[in-house]
Amino acid sequence: MSIADVLSRWEPVIGLEVHVQLATKTKIFSPSSAAFGIAPNGATDPLVLALPGTLPRLNRAAVDMAIRLGLAVGGRVRPECRFSRKHYFYPDLPKGYQISQFDEPIVEGGGIEFLFEGKPHRVALTRIHMEEDAGKNIHASDGRSLVDYNRAGVPLCEVVSEPDLRSAEEAAEYVRALRVLVRTLGICDGNMEEGSLRCDANVSIRPRGTVPYGTRAELKNINSFKNVKDAVTHEIFRQAALLERGEKIVQETRLWDANRGVSQSMRSKEDAHDYRYFPEPDLPPIHVDEAWLADARSRLPELPMARMARYQQTLGLPEQDAVVLSAEREIGGYFDAALAHPGMKDLGKRLANWVMNELLARVTDPRELVDANLPIPPANLAELVTLVEKGTVSGKLGKEVFAKMWDERLTASAIVERDGLAQVSDSGELEGICVQVVAANPDEVARFRAGDKKLQGFFVGQIMKQTGGKANPKAVSEILGRLLK
Amino acid sequence: MSSRVESLVASGHVAEIATAVRGGQVRAREVVECYLDRIAKHDGTLGCYLRVDADGARRRGDGVDAALASGATVGPLAGVPIGIKDIFCTEGIETTCASKILKGFIPPYESTVTARLSAAGAIGLGKLNMDEFAMGSSNENSAFGPVRNPWDPARVPGGSSGGSAAAVAAGLCAASLGTDTGGSIRQPAALCGVTGVKATYGRVSRWGVIAFASSLDHPGPFGRTIRDAAWMLSAIAGYDPNDSTSIAAPVGNYVQACAGGVSGLRVGVPEEYFSVGLEPEIESAVRAAVETIRQAGATVVPVSLPHTRYAVAAYYLISTAEAASNLARYDGIRYGHRATNVGSLEELYARTRGEGFGSEPKRRIMLGTYVLRSGYYDAYYGKAQRVRRLITNDFQAAFADCDVIATPTSPISAFKIGEKISDPLALYLADVYTVGPSLAGLPALSQPCGFSSAGLPIGWQLIAPPLGEETLFRVGGAYEAATSWHQRRPRALFGTEVVA
Repeated sequence: MSIADVLSRWEPVIGLEVHVQLATKTKIFSPSSAAFGIAPNGATDPLVLALPGTLPRLNRAAVDMAIRLGLAVGGRVRPECRFSRKHYFYPDLPKGYQISQFDEPIVEGGGIEFLFEGKPHRVALTRIHMEEDAGKNIHASDGRSLVDYNRAGVPLCEVVSEPDLRSAEEAAEYVRALRVLVRTLGICDGNMEEGSLRCDANVSIRPRGTVPYGTRAELKNINSFKNVKDAVTHEIFRQAALLERGEKIVQETRLWDANRGVSQSMRSKEDAHDYRYFPEPDLPPIHVDEAWLADARSRLPELPMARMARYQQTLGLPEQDAVVLSAEREIGGYFDAALAHPGMKDLGKRLANWVMNELLARVTDPRELVDANLPIPPANLAELVTLVEKGTVSGKLGKEVFAKMWDERLTASAIVERDGLAQVSDSGELEGICVQVVAANPDEVARFRAGDKKLQGFFVGQIMKQTGGKANPKAVSEILGRLLK
Repeated sequence: MSSRVESLVASGHVAEIATAVRGGQVRAREVVECYLDRIAKHDGTLGCYLRVDADGARRRGDGVDAALASGATVGPLAGVPIGIKDIFCTEGIETTCASKILKGFIPPYESTVTARLSAAGAIGLGKLNMDEFAMGSSNENSAFGPVRNPWDPARVPGGSSGGSAAAVAAGLCAASLGTDTGGSIRQPAALCGVTGVKATYGRVSRWGVIAFASSLDHPGPFGRTIRDAAWMLSAIAGYDPNDSTSIAAPVGNYVQACAGGVSGLRVGVPEEYFSVGLEPEIESAVRAAVETIRQAGATVVPVSLPHTRYAVAAYYLISTAEAASNLARYDGIRYGHRATNVGSLEELYARTRGEGFGSEPKRRIMLGTYVLRSGYYDAYYGKAQRVRRLITNDFQAAFADCDVIATPTSPISAFKIGEKISDPLALYLADVYTVGPSLAGLPALSQPCGFSSAGLPIGWQLIAPPLGEETLFRVGGAYEAATSWHQRRPRALFGTEVVA
């Protein structure tokens, strides 16, 4: 049974809940560091450990980030929202409840926009709510279980989509777009391998052409784009196989095992937790007034879709280039910084080519582009593009110059000068070389004049050889044109 | 021991002790030693203290004396020995909330309230007994034994701050700290013949106070007199950024208010608070107190609080729900009691909590879990919150016609230990007069207003609008000026029945 086969009969219905870890300095309710990579339990305090008598104190930076996310997705930021307690027992949950939002989330509605199958696409959101992360249980090889509470209390935004996604690819692209968005907003580092973005997927299938939803399963522990696609595809197969055998789908929570590529049941609906939500009495409601909203709105950066549109509309870049350049916050940032240099506005396509073909080929993680140690900062690339455009260096030699700039961390003009790579455009000097080459090859001249125009390349090659590749090709062809007439 | 110190301790007034220490008439260390002697002599019977920090108290006493000798400024409560309910986290000193589940728990941090008292120069003598997790009104629910009423050791001191009330009544500290969730300061104050104050919700920080029911927990002081309570409240009240429900408004001058008089004040008397089950001697004592205040210059007006009869039900729905939530953290994973030889995580939880909690916390966790279960939120917790709103509205409407409301604190005086322990519902119903102001978050105090024919103290309750603490102290001060109940002492503990 191929996936195409399955999809010809069944339509998947997918909704995603993505946990976005907010990049605040401290935790959402206490002064401990929210940084990743601290020694186990090194980022804790009496509140994080839920010592008796401690009380939460809201970190307004987290609320501000949630507001910016809400505005960026076009959602409604509630003028008043509140926290609730969600109860369950687990060693990584120190208080025995998670402070989350239930009936009054900070954001309602909105949508995530991205290019899907070449077309602008929007997936509607149900809500975005704030909550605190849990710690981590570690099961040691000697059979003991340990708990690291460093992550407990790190602020999260849970972004809940409507069940509007219809394929595993769409789900993966949605997560990718959300990641770019939160990174562009600067509210999340987007490090999926560190768990900064974690995804749960609700998946059901229904016979094509029918309306009612099927019974859904919730998949947990999906931590990469590939996992989103793999886990959802696997679940579609699993459900189709069950239904086609005449069996029923059980409403349950399943844990995705990325290593084995399978999911296994965690708990059924009957075992579902009763979270006993009620409003958190230790925290007053949060009020977001117009002034806060206006201020947050004024601090929004250009969003990915707007950037893509600008590259196409004002720079005339092809869609494919616009997609690449706006795919990551740092790529667009680099490109825009280079673009800000004199003369670059009219050379957008050239600059784009250099970024895409040369720069990105040497970068494994886009964050290297904002690293202070980046060998070619935007200004230096702009200078190189200018030198090539002015004809100071040939396009071919330009690539060589780029490579040297990258390896030696020098500017283009410094390399051109040091290595004498400037094109020979002086017509007197070139004329002499051309005359010499024409005189030295009488047979070829005769054949050329008899109509073998392909020999043009031979003459150019000879001249380039004599000049070490530095002859300006335009000037050469102009001189040859006259000499070989 | 000088007789000066002994007479100071017998009257036990906060301001007098502080003045004598500051003026060099007595040394703080002497005062501390006198209280430690009394604790050694009487607390074996009374059971007020769970832990006496004798060395720490002596050290702090010496510290005050050294500061004074060097000419340094000391706080307004310098040298005043106090007792601290074991619900307040005290850095480096075991804090159990009178529960086995917290046995051995030594907080690495200090509650705001105890930190403020230390900064004011008060000297903590130790941690006081209480009902486990502040759940109870007889102090019989302590995992470490009951507290006995200083007026009759066969009887309960009230609860949950039973140790705090009894220790002040017995002269085992000059003043003390308690907490009031549904009456846990006011009711034991009434049963022990001392003054206890619960300020407006948010007026006194809850940071470092072990939570029972977060939206109802009010830390507050006990003193022998209204002025003692005013001095204590002045030291602990005020905004605390660590408690998000803390109020930022400036703190009033409570001590000065005690001398403010009641002329022009309107005292409301709600008939709903003089209902079936009220002991006749209590009713007549409270009505007499109202008359005393009228004669002091106040006017008396009848007011109505029509939703009073729903208050106990609403209180037990809300408080048990919040308690079940707040007590979820005692899981044996990070601190406190932990069951051994368990085979699974579920067993670890079940056995740790089964062994660690006493029967009253268990009962309330079960009730609270039931109240919040999915699908029943509106029927129980939601409805209780709506009732809470109606009760708050009742008070707001009544305060249109009066400045302060006077009621009995408890319908019953101190009962015998063991007498009501098998009937929790009857005990819950005895909270009828104190839970209303708790639900509404209003400032309220209990003050001695007489004795029963059995020689047991009677208290009346004064309730004011939000942040109306000064009004409470004006009425309490005027009443104390006109009466002498606050000068009565249990003979067995003081060798006299009246002190100046």
